[in-house]
Amino acid sequence: MLGSGIIKGMVETARNFFGSYVSRERLTTVQYPEQQLAPHENARTIPLLVYDGDMEHLRCTACGICEMECPAQCIYIVKDTVKKSDYLGRMQFQPRVFDIDISVCMACGICAEVCPFDSIMMDQVFALSTQNRFSGLLLHKEDLAKANGYFHAIHPSDAGDIDARRDEDKRKAEAKAKAAVAAKAAAAIKSSEASAKQVEVAA
Amino acid sequence: MNNLDQIFVYAKYWLLSQLPGGVQSLVSIVLDIIAIIAVFGTCFALTTILERKGLGRIQNRYGPNRVGPCGLLQPMADAIKMLTKEDIVPFAADKVVHYLAPLVLTVPIWLAFSVIPFGREMSAIDLDAGVLFFFAVGGASELAVFMAGWSSRNKYSLVGAMRAIAQMISYEVPLVLATIPVIMLSGSLNLNKIVEAQSGYAFGVAQWNVFTPWGFAGFFLFLIAATAESNRSPFDLPEGESEIIAGFLTEYSGFKYALFFLGEYLGLFAVTALSVTLFLGGWHAPLQVLEFLPSWFCFFVKFAAIIAVFIWVRGTVPRLRFDQLLNFSWRFLVPLTLVNLLVAVVWHFTSLGAGLDQSLRWLISAAMIVPAYVYFGRALSPNRPTRIYQYAE
Repeated sequence: MLGSGIIKGMVETARNFFGSYVSRERLTTVQYPEQQLAPHENARTIPLLVYDGDMEHLRCTACGICEMECPAQCIYIVKDTVKKSDYLGRMQFQPRVFDIDISVCMACGICAEVCPFDSIMMDQVFALSTQNRFSGLLLHKEDLAKANGYFHAIHPSDAGDIDARRDEDKRKAEAKAKAAVAAKAAAAIKSSEASAKQVEVAA
Repeated sequence: MNNLDQIFVYAKYWLLSQLPGGVQSLVSIVLDIIAIIAVFGTCFALTTILERKGLGRIQNRYGPNRVGPCGLLQPMADAIKMLTKEDIVPFAADKVVHYLAPLVLTVPIWLAFSVIPFGREMSAIDLDAGVLFFFAVGGASELAVFMAGWSSRNKYSLVGAMRAIAQMISYEVPLVLATIPVIMLSGSLNLNKIVEAQSGYAFGVAQWNVFTPWGFAGFFLFLIAATAESNRSPFDLPEGESEIIAGFLTEYSGFKYALFFLGEYLGLFAVTALSVTLFLGGWHAPLQVLEFLPSWFCFFVKFAAIIAVFIWVRGTVPRLRFDQLLNFSWRFLVPLTLVNLLVAVVWHFTSLGAGLDQSLRWLISAAMIVPAYVYFGRALSPNRPTRIYQYAE
């Protein structure tokens, strides 16, 4: 009969109306500034630069691959003049200037993909609006540099994998260095023995 | 008659008594106008916020809750926003008519409030042809809508306005036809007299028109027609956002748009107040034991209840298609109101005979109205063969 569907619908809406006051599960709204959902682990917004320890130990070596690969060309790098030792003890350059124009950046993540030094990674910050649309959106090295701990907090599984690999590399490098030192010492002993022999022979 | 019941009337007389005799009649009129504008302006503000909150709750949302405590200052924020927006008038628009349309919509609706009794001794004008006056000024809204649509020089506006005219004229007929039984049986066009006719109590329950078969049917027919008449969902085709942008409101912005909005809500309030007066006993309390309540309080409780029903319906029913809309009026509401007229006649004359039992009278009335409802309802939705979806699922 005409109207039965409307009555059914009215009952349904009334149930929703009163139900929203009774059960909290019905209200799925997140009241944003006060209430925030934790971002998904794979969420990404703009790049960041990871450092170990302090700001002076950026993983970045200013190799410029990201600068080259960036489709939006929003990365600008100037190499420093002095070299610093990296985690493996190798002497590497560091960037003197590392700027990203986040008004151009499209969060594609290619820079993080190509970085061979596990340095540039994708951040999860999203409240990035500023008063100044030029200088406010041009992020410098100091703004981009984030501690490894922060990286662990936002991408725990990626950071864990990278750290494990780096520890492995470090261990290998140390073993290699130890072996090299031992070889050198052995060689030194050998050579000293040889020279001793020569001395003997000469005598 | 206690003091609280007449508090506003006494306050007005006290104010008038402070003034010299010459200006008293003029000030009396101005006071009435101020009271009506203040009360229904506040109602407008409250209804917009409560409607948005209610619709939100129906959809399991919070609704506006940012401005002020519980979002109650949202109407203020809306008003400031509306007032500070740029008022754009299209280059090709008929500027004078474009300017006048919102005023022509709003002003007559304020006039319609003047005949409604909001409480005991509380109607601005005790007009003998109150109902007639109400519908006469209510008819001006059609003119305003068409002025808006025509002057905007926009095809969406014009189509929207034409839809609005077709709809409002179609639903004006059942709206008036649904009130006729009330006028016939109370024997007056004066709204105060109509309220008086519903004043008695039988077994402690009020004798409102809605508690008679013709009044019950008439009340629902009236409410449906009133929904359409005030352009509310599910009959909000004139401003169908998804179909014709915003109908006759397309070229309006800023305060003119706000005035249209105000006019629409005031139209709703006016017609709701009329339905309370005609069918729900006006300012009378529902039970004899509740008679101590102030009359204006009773009126506004009923008023708020009907507004809540309107909001509830808006949250439930989707918009009609235009042919459905017109069919619903001409093939369903109009015939039913005519049958209802007949029911009212039968009810009247069986009471004169006095030999008939009350339940028998109800039975006769039901035997007239229910088959008509079923028949016209069935005719409205033709029995099409169920569509078979060959490739679906």
